Amino acid sequence: MSGVDRLNVPEFERPIVELEMKLESRRMDLANEKDKQKAKDIQSEIEFLEKDVRKLTDSVFGNLDPWNRVQLSRHPSRPLTSDFVANIFDDFQELKGDRAYKDDPAILCGFGTIDGHKVMVLGHRKGKTLKERLECNFGCAHPEGYRKALRKMQMAEKFGLPIISFINTPGAYPGIEAEERGQSHAIAENIREMTGLKVPIITCTIGEGGSGGALGIGVGDRYLIMENSYYSVISPEGCAAILWHDAKKASDAARVLRLTPNDLIELGIMDEIVPEPYGGAHRDPRKAMEIVKTYLLKHLSELIKLPVNELLDQRYAKLRGMGKYIEVAA
Amino acid sequence: MKWTLSRKRGAPDGLWMKCTSCEAMVYRKVVEEQHQVCPECGFHFRLSAEQRVEYLLDEGSFDEMFTNLESTDPLGFKGKRSYKDKLKQAQENTGHREAAIFGVGTIGGKEVVFGMIDANFIMGSMGSVVGEKIARGAEEALKRKIPLIIVSGSGGGARMEEGILSLFQMAKSSAAIKRLQDAGGLYITVLTNATMGGSMASWAALGDISIAEPQALLGFAGPRVIAQTVRQELPPGFQTSEFLLERGFVDQVCHRKDLRARLISILRYCCKDMPAYRKAAVSRATSKINKEAAKEAAKEAHKAEAKANR
Ligand SMILES: [Zn+2]
Repeated sequence: MSGVDRLNVPEFERPIVELEMKLESRRMDLANEKDKQKAKDIQSEIEFLEKDVRKLTDSVFGNLDPWNRVQLSRHPSRPLTSDFVANIFDDFQELKGDRAYKDDPAILCGFGTIDGHKVMVLGHRKGKTLKERLECNFGCAHPEGYRKALRKMQMAEKFGLPIISFINTPGAYPGIEAEERGQSHAIAENIREMTGLKVPIITCTIGEGGSGGALGIGVGDRYLIMENSYYSVISPEGCAAILWHDAKKASDAARVLRLTPNDLIELGIMDEIVPEPYGGAHRDPRKAMEIVKTYLLKHLSELIKLPVNELLDQRYAKLRGMGKYIEVAA
Repeated sequence: MKWTLSRKRGAPDGLWMKCTSCEAMVYRKVVEEQHQVCPECGFHFRLSAEQRVEYLLDEGSFDEMFTNLESTDPLGFKGKRSYKDKLKQAQENTGHREAAIFGVGTIGGKEVVFGMIDANFIMGSMGSVVGEKIARGAEEALKRKIPLIIVSGSGGGARMEEGILSLFQMAKSSAAIKRLQDAGGLYITVLTNATMGGSMASWAALGDISIAEPQALLGFAGPRVIAQTVRQELPPGFQTSEFLLERGFVDQVCHRKDLRARLISILRYCCKDMPAYRKAAVSRATSKINKEAAKEAAKEAHKAEAKANR
């Protein structure tokens, strides 16, 4: 990776990366140093730098505020749905197309095998390269994307395959054509149908849980969320624009919205937080994906034991319990 | 709680009023005759819950339910104004505890669960109570085996002040509606100005039959957000009822004055004064005797299989 890429990180992380780059360059110096005494000096400098990096990482990542988590959820090196599919599933067979209008690359669907379990995998696709990102509208799906996902999920139901859904979208695409083709209806139908599909559904938020666009493939039996992800009814920027007419106050909005994994557990929405490697998933994507895999398998093995009626009753009961209100004396 | 409506409730002063849409001076009595529609431009003015009940349901038939549900401030939301303040003001303005009002009433003698979302209450946005009332309404319709009719007016979509809880009301309401529909129940949505975002992308889009009032703004993303995203002017009539009708997302666009008659007619087609052949099919599918017979057959098959394997 070039130096320019490496500095494309959230501002709060930049001092760490700068220090790491310095450390690496001193390591190179050490490798090239012939003079023994000078090498010794460099070695001790390296040790100091290593300690500094550790200390700085501790202090930065030990004190993440909600906005920092939002920034990490959008981190350019964070593993994406396509990475999860490639790394924790075998024999993936992509299945495209909604059979009505077109294929929307912003949602990825297909058969996959995870630790011997045959499943239907789906997720929002943000794209790796600029070309892919543009094709995927940066992870913002159109109605045909949601309809494709529904079609594949119904097929999973037909063949008794559990569904694993990776959530990572800033939101459904807000465009003229998306409205013309029924964005609301597509999302609504997915939500409704997912409440009744007769196979286990595990949703795992791996980055951004952007409102209705996330929920459009996000109803299930278990709701997992990675440590540095968020899920919200509105983007922090959008909320800030409404509250203070200033999108730059997104960090304040992130606090007000209670969108971090801990908040979401407290509010009774999410079931479990999936921990990330030290300093965030982007610092060790492979490890991050391995951890997610163990969590998915744990929940999958629990869910596949349940009789369908019980599965659906539990799914319904969980949804019915969502929300907070009081019942006053009439 | 039974509603008794008096026709003379707080009638505004003056013989004439100015249309908020076309700005024409119109005769108030004509507007009222048209069920609060401008006779010049056809703009449908926003109704109170009381007016909606008066125009649609049989007189004196509405019995409100779930009246004791009240919103809290689960996030401790601090915007420019606190959520608690907003709620209090909305309650004072509308005389209701929340945006959703549900109950049982009759339309043309037919009993229905009738719900409406009052756009005057925090833009009719959906928080925990609105989601809960929709879910309970659907469950009530299922229990009583009667249709569910919801009149939307939810320009605010999901209620931001309740954060993630409001978002998941989309799933909660849709889940209950699915149970009703899967059991053969009828769900009719009447879409009114405005219904957007999380409301439009869940319960409001799921009607078996969907009727929109003219010129209502109905969509997922707000027009301003779309204009900013695509950086071009939006086509005329974008996201209106007529736009949705043309693209196949509603069954009818109907003037408010004709709405009651349309609903009565539709209820006649979809309700279970079933013809004999339908009744027979349904009873065959649900009869206990058949279930018993199926069980017996399964047992026999199992025995035969076991024999063959031996
Ligand atoms: Zn007018």
